[in-house]
Amino acid sequence: MSDIAKPPRQIQMGVIGPILALVILVAMGAAMNPNFLGWDNITNVLARSAFIGIIAVGMTFVITAGGLDLSVGSMAAFVAGLMILVMNKALPTMGVGVPVVLLGMAVALGAGLVAGLVNGLLITRLGIEAFIVTLGSMGIYRSLVTWLADGGTLSLDFGLRTFYQPVYYGGLFGISWPIIVFAVVVVLGEILMRSTAFGRHCAAIGSNDQVARYSSVRVARVRLLTYVMLGVLVGVATIMYVPRLGSASSATGLLWELEAIAAVIIGGTVLKGGFGRVWGTVIGVLILTLIGNILNLTDFVSPYLNGAIQGAIIVLAVVLQRESKPGH
Amino acid sequence: MTTPVLALSGVSRSFGPIEVLHGVDITLHPGRVHALIGENGAGKSTTMKILAGYQPASSGVILLDGQPVTLSSMGDAEARGISMIHQEFNLAEQLTVEQNIFLGRELKRGPFLDKPAMQATTRDLLARLDCHAAPDRVVSSLSNSDKQMVEIAKALLRDTRVLVMDEPTAVLTQTETAVLMAQVRVLRDQGTAVLFTSHKLDEVKAIADDLTIMRDGAVVWTGPASDLDEHQMAEAMVGREVSDLYPPKSTTVGEVVLQVSGLSVPGFAEDISFTLRKGEILGIAGLIGSGRTETFEGLAGLRPAKGAVRIKGRPVTIRHPWQALDHGLCYLTEDRKTRGLLLQKGMRDNLTLQALHKFSQVFLNKSAEDAALDQAIADFDIRGSRSVIVGNLSGGNQQKLLFAKTMLSDPDIIVIDEPTRGIDIGTKQQMYGFIRRLAEQGRAIVVISSEMQEVIGLSDRVLVMRRGRIAGELTGDAASEDAIVRLAMGVGQAATPDKEFV
Repeated sequence: MSDIAKPPRQIQMGVIGPILALVILVAMGAAMNPNFLGWDNITNVLARSAFIGIIAVGMTFVITAGGLDLSVGSMAAFVAGLMILVMNKALPTMGVGVPVVLLGMAVALGAGLVAGLVNGLLITRLGIEAFIVTLGSMGIYRSLVTWLADGGTLSLDFGLRTFYQPVYYGGLFGISWPIIVFAVVVVLGEILMRSTAFGRHCAAIGSNDQVARYSSVRVARVRLLTYVMLGVLVGVATIMYVPRLGSASSATGLLWELEAIAAVIIGGTVLKGGFGRVWGTVIGVLILTLIGNILNLTDFVSPYLNGAIQGAIIVLAVVLQRESKPGH
Repeated sequence: MTTPVLALSGVSRSFGPIEVLHGVDITLHPGRVHALIGENGAGKSTTMKILAGYQPASSGVILLDGQPVTLSSMGDAEARGISMIHQEFNLAEQLTVEQNIFLGRELKRGPFLDKPAMQATTRDLLARLDCHAAPDRVVSSLSNSDKQMVEIAKALLRDTRVLVMDEPTAVLTQTETAVLMAQVRVLRDQGTAVLFTSHKLDEVKAIADDLTIMRDGAVVWTGPASDLDEHQMAEAMVGREVSDLYPPKSTTVGEVVLQVSGLSVPGFAEDISFTLRKGEILGIAGLIGSGRTETFEGLAGLRPAKGAVRIKGRPVTIRHPWQALDHGLCYLTEDRKTRGLLLQKGMRDNLTLQALHKFSQVFLNKSAEDAALDQAIADFDIRGSRSVIVGNLSGGNQQKLLFAKTMLSDPDIIVIDEPTRGIDIGTKQQMYGFIRRLAEQGRAIVVISSEMQEVIGLSDRVLVMRRGRIAGELTGDAASEDAIVRLAMGVGQAATPDKEFV
């Protein structure tokens, strides 16, 4: 009862941990291959991180509020497929140009929003476990995209693809669009989490939803909003992703949900909710991407072991978090 | 007197630079019940945790049978015959009674569990405690007193010589308390040394052989319990005279602000009608299970409810707690640990949670939040470091924080459920003062309480509930314990009121 004044030393270790891991990875990479710190490689790593990263920012809010979304990977595939289908359909009437691309973007954002809304409503209105709902919708979206593609691949019209490609490959001042959009999403997400009532409410709900309810917080609405926001961000990520390959298939976005969740956890957000930090998620995403990148640039370890090393890092991150918690 | 089985000698305990226990001496004898009392934060819990091996002492000696020992863990203490029962039960709710009692020391025959033997032993142990819970009942379906008995049975199985109980009666009804007390006497007569804490001084008076009183981390009095009366105990705990526990009642009340008619909460309450005036404190009494909490949770939008509610003359519909708050009505929960406060968060985040819109335009104004916390700490005399998580505050300080949190959203109508559960007498007195001051500021207040003294001492008017209905209303001197009990039990004037009241 009188456990007064424990200095918050343990919090600092939790803060430093992920950063330290990232610094060590960068140092290892730099030591192994001189090209590692080159401009091309850095932008390559950042651009690759962008898709998962944008989704992981949304996932940070969902997990902080005590939820989970397993459907984001197949949702991305479904949104990509739908987007390509609509753009191809509209092409004969609209022609190659900005309007058809804008239409595609609107479809992606709209589809993401609706998908997130459906997840969120099932979870908040019917009170079904988030794990179950999103496990179900994961299967549904994955199956829908396979069906839309008739088991094969949906490809964007070649002319349109060439026109759309700058959204992935182009950019401002040598920084490609995915990186810029990722950065904007991260900054907005960090502010939203740290400095708004919404962020505080997410943490309160994840911490104890009964307390939040008894404190007049609109628990269902906040929860719903986290899923909707995540859905929209899946749409944003898909907008960046489609011009890269110009196609979607049943293999698109495979296991993205797990990478996004892993990034969130590595970054120090608590899996059962109550505490989240967006910048940590960014570090988590970078760590995951860097592992793959370093394995590709060096010969010591087979790149096929990428998943094993990522898995080990995830477990290690959680072990470190446990030790940094105040124990009894 | 016998030789002490367990004793602390000059034990101190520091958390970081702060010493919270200063040279505590306490001596437990076999076959005696020892009560440890003190205000919240006086160091009772820390003392018990050191005795039971949960925390090491920073300095001083623990003596077991006169020999200095180091209790390296609770397991170590248990192996030496010292068991502690926590206020919040330490039982696996989904397992059966028998599985809980044998958890970690299951009897086996070869590689398989020896269920018949465990069931038989469980039955024996529970019979010793006069508890009739079946060994294969799931613990979550038991009453609080039966859970308490299972905890004690668990301790008995481990050949406990010293039983440490942290506020064992806080969650028990009066009947359950009587059963527990009888069992404690049985244990005592069998030679067990029992140490327990309680805020209920009449209980202490009734059962304790020895008494230790703590204040601010030090022992201020120790000796035979028969040497002090309840009033002297209270004064020794608080360190000053405790005269008027309840503030004077007001004589003026204003216009009607809340009018409830025909409110029903399906399954819990029916046809509840009452009015509440500005500046008034309305007490709600009744047995546990009479639907008191549920009625007001229904009113505050926390449960489905039907009925006509008018606030300041306007009909309102309240389906969610945030709608209640929009109308200036706020329900302060009886359950501060699981519904009132975020135990893992700091004081600031807790304080402003309910009134966050006041600190947020687009962005949160954290310096304004800090200023509000300074104000709340000063206004409500909350003691504790600002950097500490709320779960580590004492019960009294948690309750004050919960109070401050609710008041920050500036409600006109406040329903306070069990305002002083599990807090000490000094803090109680403060809480009563706060509540009366709020009424004087022109707020309308409902106090739900299981402590009859509290309802009578604090309220201007008392409603008594029985089986989900209002059984009667009592005003002024008519609001006596006797009258309340009669209404709550549904017995006529002629019948002898049973004191079975909680």
